[in-house]
Amino acid sequence: MDERLEQICARARERFPERVSEPAEAFGEVSVEVAREGLVEVATWLRDEEEFALLADWSAVDHLDVEPDERRFLCAAHLASVSAPLRLRLRVFVPDGDETCPSLVGVWPAADCQEREMFDFFGIRFEGHPDLRRIFMPEEWDGHPQRKDYPLGGTNVQYQHGQFIPPPDRRGQDTTTTGYPGRIS
Amino acid sequence: MSASEVFVGGQDWDVVSTRTGEDTLVINMGPQHPSTHGVLRLVLEIDGETIVNAKSVVGYLHTGIEKNTEVRNWVQGVTFVTRMDYLAPFHNEIAYCLGVERLLGITAPERAQVIRVLLAELNRISSHLVWLATSGMELGALSMMLYGFREREMILDIFEHITGLRMNHAYVRPGGLSTDLPDGSIEKIREFLDSFPKRIDEYEGLLSENPTWIDRNAGIGILDAETAIGLGVTGPLLRAAGVPRDLRKTESTLPYERYDFDVAVDDAADCLARFRVRVKEMRESLRICRQVIDDLPGGPVMIEDPKIAWPAKLGLGPDGLGNEPGYIQKIMGESMEALIHHFKLVTEGFKVPAGEVYVPIESPRGELGYHLVSSGGTRPWRVHVRDPSFINLQAMPGMVRGHLLADVVAVVASLDPVMGGVDR
Amino acid sequence: MGLEEHLPSGILLTNVTNFVQWARKSSLWPATFGLACCAIEMMATGASHHDIARFGMEVFRASPRQADLMIVAGRVSQKMGPVLRTIYDQMPEPKWVISMGVCATSGGMFNNYAIIQGVDQIVPVDIYVPGCPPRPEMLMDGILKLHEKIKNTPLVIR
Repeated sequence: MDERLEQICARARERFPERVSEPAEAFGEVSVEVAREGLVEVATWLRDEEEFALLADWSAVDHLDVEPDERRFLCAAHLASVSAPLRLRLRVFVPDGDETCPSLVGVWPAADCQEREMFDFFGIRFEGHPDLRRIFMPEEWDGHPQRKDYPLGGTNVQYQHGQFIPPPDRRGQDTTTTGYPGRIS
Repeated sequence: MSASEVFVGGQDWDVVSTRTGEDTLVINMGPQHPSTHGVLRLVLEIDGETIVNAKSVVGYLHTGIEKNTEVRNWVQGVTFVTRMDYLAPFHNEIAYCLGVERLLGITAPERAQVIRVLLAELNRISSHLVWLATSGMELGALSMMLYGFREREMILDIFEHITGLRMNHAYVRPGGLSTDLPDGSIEKIREFLDSFPKRIDEYEGLLSENPTWIDRNAGIGILDAETAIGLGVTGPLLRAAGVPRDLRKTESTLPYERYDFDVAVDDAADCLARFRVRVKEMRESLRICRQVIDDLPGGPVMIEDPKIAWPAKLGLGPDGLGNEPGYIQKIMGESMEALIHHFKLVTEGFKVPAGEVYVPIESPRGELGYHLVSSGGTRPWRVHVRDPSFINLQAMPGMVRGHLLADVVAVVASLDPVMGGVDR
Repeated sequence: MGLEEHLPSGILLTNVTNFVQWARKSSLWPATFGLACCAIEMMATGASHHDIARFGMEVFRASPRQADLMIVAGRVSQKMGPVLRTIYDQMPEPKWVISMGVCATSGGMFNNYAIIQGVDQIVPVDIYVPGCPPRPEMLMDGILKLHEKIKNTPLVIR
């Protein structure tokens, strides 16, 4: 691990003992798990004291059936420094059933549209976000499309011999109709 | 703040207008508009001709690509991912393949990496040409549109010669490239590199000292460095504000350190500065391309590992590019294991170890990052794209406040958003 | 017919249908409806290398009220569907629709929740041009076939 990153993680553990975990290194990248409650504090400290001025990416992953329910949603913040080649990933786990997370908009305004995207696709509510509403799907859309229990959607595609093959996540089901609501066969 | 609820079809005028102040008017630069660079909807609150507030509504091109990649295997992901930012398809493919390679723990052969750099730089030039063409057209310099697309045809010709397609190539694969450069590509590229500098001089002669261009761009859309960094803005917008951040210099994902080039930086932080930065970037890309083809290493373009590399060798036959007849003879006639191996790799795909990576590269619009999460299978668990246009678009309301309505067009043009990347 | 022999040169005879159809097909004005990658190929078709000005179509009208051809170039998402229909309704008759690219024709490679599987679910389409994206020459082939179709459309039904 890069020496500077090691020192930064050590200082973070010192400053926020219960909030920040041991750094984990994999594939040449360093990640640190941060508890939900302390996220804004840790982020502010990293921005002000440790020169991570740029929030490169703030996104979510749905670990349905892979991780236990209290760690279903992983929100990963990728921090970067502007002049030095330092990158750090902050991992925040959000449980199923209580999908809320403190908002990083106060720390980096860049988080604004990304949190709306996470709300739209995963249903994670960000406390402190000024205007949390859907950004990509129409306002009246039901459901959160990128969750693992949301189907891919789409219609059955007509192949030869009169077969209608469903999209990849529904294969093995009815192959006789288009599957499109409101259409005749 | 008024206008905090915005509906899709625009039926919200009575709702929105009752909340605004007495003198302001809310107008819609709808998703179908000749000057908003694609399907971007802007809701502007104006007082006379001056913008008081602006909001962008995106999502009119949302394609669900990120969810689609979860049901297709890792190599098929390249075809999906290439269609996000459709003006820089090579950058998307390269970043995705770098991410897969990092998860697999392999590196592509040297020749493949160098050709990736070459294609990325040519793509940067073609993307900046489209930017110049459409910006010129939107601000009234209509001949710029024709010149830009004329030059772009030359680059698309090169791409078609190398990859077979003009756009959305799916040429870069995890492990390297799908085929090697065919004969004649280097000559074509050299021809292009010899004729292009004169053309850039032509464009600068047409626009840089042009009083109308300067009037419409100077002092418009100021975005200073601190605001830009806070908003996560990267790319030419950040460099035009004086911050020399270029991932080609700071990250070592692609072998840019072999080549000598300067980072284009300007201080003025307005639309004219961004114009100058992008033109300079085109010149620097030409420099890099010339250095690449003067010193192209030999060797394979796909790694040797049979568990990952695409099994078939492609060759030019009597009816075009396809599987080589010798290979087909081998798998159909001679070797059962080769047939099974080919079948498994093509239909199921290779398995990628579990974990997550984030690979950023410098695309023409800024930092393009891929956050790939694998669960150890043949399909990705999650592919998240950090698209630069999506983040850069957040800067639009601040840049536009206080300017006139016509300046919105100039500002959005200088932001260079590509809605395929914004909406994914 | 013996009539032309008795006329001085420089006079052509035709009937109203042929004349109107020829006028309609000769300068179709497209409405700008470029959505995604196909829009870039549509712009390339309008540019100087593959010129559609030779067919009278280089003026892409921004206002649908002044256009008579809508080239739906690109993938139509769920949010864009109502907008597409509104623009189509705003175009005055006679109007035609070319669905350019596989995403507009049938949803393309994006068989999922977000894309309308074929723009003919919303508007009636005259010519489907496949491709991802179709080359400018393919689009021009589609346009020329539309010209043929217009030439053969009887005047009375509309």
